[in-house]
Amino acid sequence: MSKLGLIIKREYLAKVRNKSFVVMTFLSPILMVGMIVLIAYLTKINDSETHIVSVLNESAYFHGDFLPGASVSFIEFKDIALPQAKDSTVSLSYDGLLHIPASADLESASQAAFLYTKDNPVSEVLNRLEDIFEDRLRKNRLSHLGVSNEEFSTIEKGYELQTATFDGERNLKGINELKAFIGGGFGYLIMMFIIIYGGFVMRSVIEEKTSRIIEVIISSVKPFQLMLGKIIGNSLAGVTQFAIWIFSASILLFISLLLLDIDMAALGANPAMQSGTMGAMPPMPDGDSDIQKYANELFKIPWLLLLFSFVIYFILGYLIYSSIYAAIGAAVDNETDTQQFIFPIILPLMLAIYVGFFSVFSNPHGPIAVGFSLFPLTSPIVMLMRLPGGVGEGGVPLWQLVLSIVLLLLTFLAIVWLAAKIYRVGILMYGKKPTYKELYKWLKY
Amino acid sequence: MTPILVVDNVSKSFGGHTALSQVSLEIPKNCIYGLLGPNGAGKTTLIRIINQISFPDSGKVYFDGEPLAPRHIATIGYLPEERGLYKSMKVGEQALYLAQLKGLSKSEAKKRLKYWFERLEIGDWWNKKIQELSKGMAQKIQFIVTVLHEPKLLIFDEPFSGFDPINANKIKEEILELKQKGTSIIFSTHRMESVEELCEYIALIHKSHKILDGKLSNIKKAHKNNVFKVGLQVNGEGEGLVNELKDKFQILDHVFDPFEKQLDFTLKLPTADTTEALALLAKKANINHFEETIPSANDIFIQTVKAKGE
Repeated sequence: MSKLGLIIKREYLAKVRNKSFVVMTFLSPILMVGMIVLIAYLTKINDSETHIVSVLNESAYFHGDFLPGASVSFIEFKDIALPQAKDSTVSLSYDGLLHIPASADLESASQAAFLYTKDNPVSEVLNRLEDIFEDRLRKNRLSHLGVSNEEFSTIEKGYELQTATFDGERNLKGINELKAFIGGGFGYLIMMFIIIYGGFVMRSVIEEKTSRIIEVIISSVKPFQLMLGKIIGNSLAGVTQFAIWIFSASILLFISLLLLDIDMAALGANPAMQSGTMGAMPPMPDGDSDIQKYANELFKIPWLLLLFSFVIYFILGYLIYSSIYAAIGAAVDNETDTQQFIFPIILPLMLAIYVGFFSVFSNPHGPIAVGFSLFPLTSPIVMLMRLPGGVGEGGVPLWQLVLSIVLLLLTFLAIVWLAAKIYRVGILMYGKKPTYKELYKWLKY
Repeated sequence: MTPILVVDNVSKSFGGHTALSQVSLEIPKNCIYGLLGPNGAGKTTLIRIINQISFPDSGKVYFDGEPLAPRHIATIGYLPEERGLYKSMKVGEQALYLAQLKGLSKSEAKKRLKYWFERLEIGDWWNKKIQELSKGMAQKIQFIVTVLHEPKLLIFDEPFSGFDPINANKIKEEILELKQKGTSIIFSTHRMESVEELCEYIALIHKSHKILDGKLSNIKKAHKNNVFKVGLQVNGEGEGLVNELKDKFQILDHVFDPFEKQLDFTLKLPTADTTEALALLAKKANINHFEETIPSANDIFIQTVKAKGE
């Protein structure tokens, strides 16, 4: 076996045999699925709760308007005074008391109406009541104007501008966001991978320094071989962990959803909650034909190209960042000294994610999106968000994709070369707290 | 016979700091060569250049007559001063890994490790983790890993630090046996007295310069300063005798014990010729001992540095 192979094997085994790594590998999916199931379950319980509001209507209006709904139902009090009504509402532990005093007309009745509650009113109750009043008032005002309900509903119909490309292909609203969202998923995966497993590489370098084995090793192999072996070994361990996570999490999720009888639609209702910082899914317009169109559009996403580019951007992006991590590990003596160097690494990654989600969503081919998808430290994430639109006409111009990859490749070579230099010097330096100035000097050794 | 290693006019600097300036050495085959000098003199830098961990700014290194090349790594064994092992790895696994990195096949490495583990009586450590071992125990494993691939040239940087006297002695014996088998050995240390007895050749390095090198016995001969330690059995007053001798010789210091009637003093003669002094002393008293003081490497070092006006 070649020396590089030996190093990769050792790094891989050292990582996957590590107790905390094993624990994380098997615990994370359980925690993740547990969270999702818990959220879904709580949402389900929350949804099934009905609020009861008592109504004391002393006016001549609104009778028959308070109909029980999905989450709010009403109980009408009759022939009692307001204080008694309040008391009984409290003693019956209803959610609130709506009081409509006797008034001359509908408008003043609604102006004088009050909702009494124990604390601040539940928004569901408040919204429902406001809807009822609004509906009734509108009807009243319309009839004053002599417009029938049917006539009004024809007026109220919304308008949507239809769009198409110059070739006559119909466009769909929100498809840009949806596509960027899919690409963003890949980009997010790259970022997470870099942050988690880049840190592994760094800690592994620091461990070699503190255990003082480094000089023994590099009297047998070149420092660059050791660095490369370390990066590859740790990333293979990372891929293993990711694969186990995805596989076991999907099985667990499937089983628990089946057991707890939670509808997948209930999950779909709260995408913002599950995806955390990833933002909410764009709204899906109604109608079967539209869904069909979206499905068609999703099929049109060049999956093969996307997957292929993902692999390229993933490998190059990860290698760039993890070699910087390795250089940092070599420069310091312990993990507490790494903070000042870590922040500048994470910054472009964060920038890529946020710029991506803000500017690529609204305009995948605008100047900001193009700029960030060419800049090598952000391109792995931002370009992947743009790519689901395809390459060529209507999508990413081919020259941009090629230029982006070429720039990334050049940066990769330059960064690995620089990192290897810092690494080579740093691993043999003990007891020095390095500054940026010091690191710059090392480049010239 | 070609020397195992020739260092030819090697210089190396880091930024503004000069670590080695125009150092030349010749290390003969099958000898123990002491690389001596205080901390920070440049010994480790020179050793790292020999191990191709770093490279000289100028000058050349030849290994067994050939310019130093990556393939020579497999024929050099190096025990660095800053040494350690992976803490969470098992002893056997780790030794196998390091041996394979030096180019041994797995089966060959296993066979040799078994031999060495038995030889140093640590056979039952194979499945232990390094963190369960004491510092001295870990040092034994590092020693084995250093010599396992039967290198032609062994380099030990401060080899005995961390060993208790018994194990240090054991390692010393192993090193001597390796030399018997034809290995060339470089010792690097700042504690000059510790390896003086082992070394046939030495080089002194001071502030990045080589200030002295050669065969130890020749160096010592060259640095003899005709100082003798003398012990006399006197009858009567010792101080009187000292004053009498002071008229004729240079007496550096003296001690007189009136009970034992023993006078000890240090005598410096103008030449190496001792006949006149001995004849005179023999007339005055019984000579208990008369011995030439051989300067230690440390003395020679201090002398040489002083002579260079530093």
